[in-house]
Amino acid sequence: MEQRAPEPRAYETGRHEMTGAEMVVQALRDNGVEHIFGYPGGAVLPIYDELFQQEDIQHILVRHEQGAGHAAEGYARSTGKAGVMLVTSGPGATNAVTPLQDALMDSIPLVCITGQVPTTLIGSDAFQECDTVGITRPCTKHNWLVRDVNELAAVLHEAFHVATTGRPGPVVVDIPKDVQFAKGIYTPPQTAPRTSYHPTLDGNQDMIRAAVSLMASARRPIIYSGGGVINAGPEASHLLRELVELTGFPITSTLMGLGAYPASGENWLGMLGMHGTYEANMAMHDCDVMLCIGARFDDRITGRLDAFSPNSRKIHVDVDPSSINKNVRVDIPIIGDAGRVLEDMVRLWRASAKTDKAALKPWWEQIGRWRARQSLAYKPNNEIIMPQYAIERLYELTKERDVYITTEVGQHQMWAAQHFSFDQPNRWMTSGGLGTMGYGLPAALGVQIAHPDALVIDIAGDASVLMTMQEMSSAVQHEAPIKIFILNNQYMGMVRQWQQLLHGNRLSHSYTEALPDFVKLAEAYGCHGIRCEKPGDLDGAIQEMIEVKKPVIFDCRVANLANCFPMIPSGKAHNEMLLPDEATDEAVANAIDAEGRALV
Amino acid sequence: MNAQLQPTGSAYFITKETQKAETRTLAVLVDNEPGVLARVIGLFSGRGYNIDSLTVSETEHERHLSRITIVTRGTPHVLEQIKHQLERIVPVHRVVDLTMSAQDRGQERPLERELAMVKVRGTGNNRVEALRLADAFRAQVIDANTEHFIFEITGRVSKVEQFIAIMKPLGLVEVCRTGVVAMNRGAEGM
Repeated sequence: MEQRAPEPRAYETGRHEMTGAEMVVQALRDNGVEHIFGYPGGAVLPIYDELFQQEDIQHILVRHEQGAGHAAEGYARSTGKAGVMLVTSGPGATNAVTPLQDALMDSIPLVCITGQVPTTLIGSDAFQECDTVGITRPCTKHNWLVRDVNELAAVLHEAFHVATTGRPGPVVVDIPKDVQFAKGIYTPPQTAPRTSYHPTLDGNQDMIRAAVSLMASARRPIIYSGGGVINAGPEASHLLRELVELTGFPITSTLMGLGAYPASGENWLGMLGMHGTYEANMAMHDCDVMLCIGARFDDRITGRLDAFSPNSRKIHVDVDPSSINKNVRVDIPIIGDAGRVLEDMVRLWRASAKTDKAALKPWWEQIGRWRARQSLAYKPNNEIIMPQYAIERLYELTKERDVYITTEVGQHQMWAAQHFSFDQPNRWMTSGGLGTMGYGLPAALGVQIAHPDALVIDIAGDASVLMTMQEMSSAVQHEAPIKIFILNNQYMGMVRQWQQLLHGNRLSHSYTEALPDFVKLAEAYGCHGIRCEKPGDLDGAIQEMIEVKKPVIFDCRVANLANCFPMIPSGKAHNEMLLPDEATDEAVANAIDAEGRALV
Repeated sequence: MNAQLQPTGSAYFITKETQKAETRTLAVLVDNEPGVLARVIGLFSGRGYNIDSLTVSETEHERHLSRITIVTRGTPHVLEQIKHQLERIVPVHRVVDLTMSAQDRGQERPLERELAMVKVRGTGNNRVEALRLADAFRAQVIDANTEHFIFEITGRVSKVEQFIAIMKPLGLVEVCRTGVVAMNRGAEGM
C-alpha cells in the first residue's frame, strides 16, 4: 500500500502515525530487542500479526507462558540485556506471575507485554479478562495499563528504561486490544526519564573513602559479593577481581553472585550460606571487616541473625537504598552501582592504601585450617553414582567449552553451586530468591537462543524438571540443543532431606512413585535420551550428551538418599555448621531443635 | 565447632524486638496516575506495615502531583524501611518523615489537622446541649432541621475524638472523618 509522504519534520524526529500493534514492534526494535518469548492468544493477535510481517525480531514460541518468562530471564541473565515476553490476557497474564516474581526477587530485567480485553470491556468480566495490573503490581518493579494509543510508545520506552536501570527488575505493559488496533503517533525513545525515577548510581565519595580506610586497617577481612556485581556488567566483575588482587582479601559469594570472582582464583573461599563452604561461613563469622557488594543479607546467607558475624564492622554497597539496614545493621552504607563504586574503591586503594601482607598472614593461615576440613567432601562410591561426583565429572568434561549452566531448585541446585566451578560472570542461571522449581529448563532455552553455539546445560532434579518439561517441545522446534542433565534420585531430594531433619524421617509425599521413563520421554519429544546408572559409564555418557547436536534429556541415576552438606541447620549460626563427616544419623536427627523446626 | 557441641538456641530471624514502636507522620509526593494509591497501600499490606490514617488529594494540578499523608506506627528500624520502600515505587517523588523533621527543628510534632462531619439527632435538652458543646469546640453547623444537626469540626485528632465521644450520649448518628493532613511549621517546603 502506498503511503502519503509524512510531513518532513515529523519524519525526522521519528514521529510516525501507526497502529498500537505496529508501535509495539517498532518500540522493541528501537530498544534493541532481537528475540522475544511468547504465546499468542485473542488479546494479542494484532501484535502477532505485526510480528508475522517483519524479520528484525525473532519470536520464540513456548508451550506455557511460565516457560516464556523463565526463558526471557535466562536470556537476560546470560546477555545482560532485557528479556522480553509477550502473552495474552487472562490466563496468559496469570501464568506469567511466577516468572515475574522470580525476576523481581533476583533483580532480572524482564519486560512483559500482555494483551488485555478492549478498554470498553474492562471491568465487565469479559472472556479472558483479569486485572493484570492489579495482579502483577506486587510482583513487578512497575507496571502500566495503556488506555491511549498516543501514550503507548512512551510507556514502552519507559518500561525498558525502568526494567534495565538501577536495581533491574520485571515490568508489565498491559495493552487492551482496541489500543493495539487504534492509530496514533509513535515517538522514539527519549533520553529524559520521568522525574520521579532516578536511581543513585555514584557512591558517596566520603563513604567510599571511609570504607577504603576501614578495609586498609582490617586484619581479618572478607569480601562478600552477590548478584548485584553480575548485574552491574562484566566490567564490575573485572573490577572486583582487581580489588581482590590489590587487597589480598579472601572473597566469598552468594548463590546469585557465582562467577563474578573466578572459582579458580586463589582468594576464593567458595559460596557462603546455608549450603556454603565451612571456610566461607567461618570467615564470615570471625571477620573484623566485611565488605558486602551487591548482596542483600538474605536469610539463607545470614543464618541466625543475632549471631551473624558478631565482631565485624560492615560496609554495604547496594544500588537499592531499601536493602541497606534491612536485615543487618551496617556501619558504612554506600548507595550506588556496584561497578562504579568498585571503580572508586580500586582507584582509592591504589592511591592511598597498601596491603600489609604480613598482617593478613594469620588470617589466611586460619582460613587454611578451615579449608583443610574439606567441607564439600563426600564418600566416593564405585557402584552408585554420587550426585556430587556427577557434577564434578560434568564440570571436568565441559570446562574447556563455552558452557552455560542453569538449574532447577533443590539439592541438585546446591550441588551444582558447590561442585561446578564458575570462572566467568553470566554463566550461571538459577532461581535464588523465589526458588522456582521448573526454572532451569526454559531458562536454558532462553540462554541457548542468545548463544546458539554455546553448550547450555540445565542441571536438574527429577521432580523440578517435570514442572516445565513441556518446553522440550519448544527447544526442538527452535533447534536449541539444550542438555537436561537430571540428577534422578526419585525423590524431591531437598524436601526429603528436610523431612529427615525435621519430621522424624516421615517422608510425606516426597517420593515420586510414577516417574516417566525419561529416555522414552526424550524420544517422544524428538530429543535424544541417555540413561546412566554406573559411575564407570558416566564419562562416556556425558561425552555423548555433549556431542549430540540435538536437545538431550540425560537421566543420571544417582544415590537416592544422599543429603546435601555442609549445612547450617535452621536456627543456627555460621559457626554451627553440620559437616558431612559429622552428619551421623543421630546428628542429623538432632540438628534442629524445637524452636528451629518452626522456621524454614 | 559443629551443631552437636553448641547449645541449641533458635531464632532464625525471629529475634525479639527490643525497640519500641513510635508513631510517625509521613508526607509522600507522588505522580497522580492510576494505581498509585494501590501501590502505596499494597506496599503497606504486603510487607505488614501499619496504617493508622491515610489521606490523599492532588495538590499541584499542572504537574499532576498528589500528596499523601500517612500516619504509621513501627519501630525505628521498620520506619526506616517504610521510607525506603516507598521511595522505591516508581511514581513516588519524595518521602518526608514530618515527625522526624519537626523533631530536628526542636518541635515535638508537625501541624496535624483532621476534619470530621458529625451527625447528631435529638430534641429538647440534648439538642441544646449538643449545640452548646459544638460552640465550645468551635464546630460549625453545616446542616440542621428540627431533629438533627450536622457539625463540621476541624482540629487535632484528639480534639475530634473528644468531640465525637461527647456527642455519643446526645444522639450521635454517624461520623465521617478525613484522616490526618499534616505540614511542618516554618517557611520551608517539604
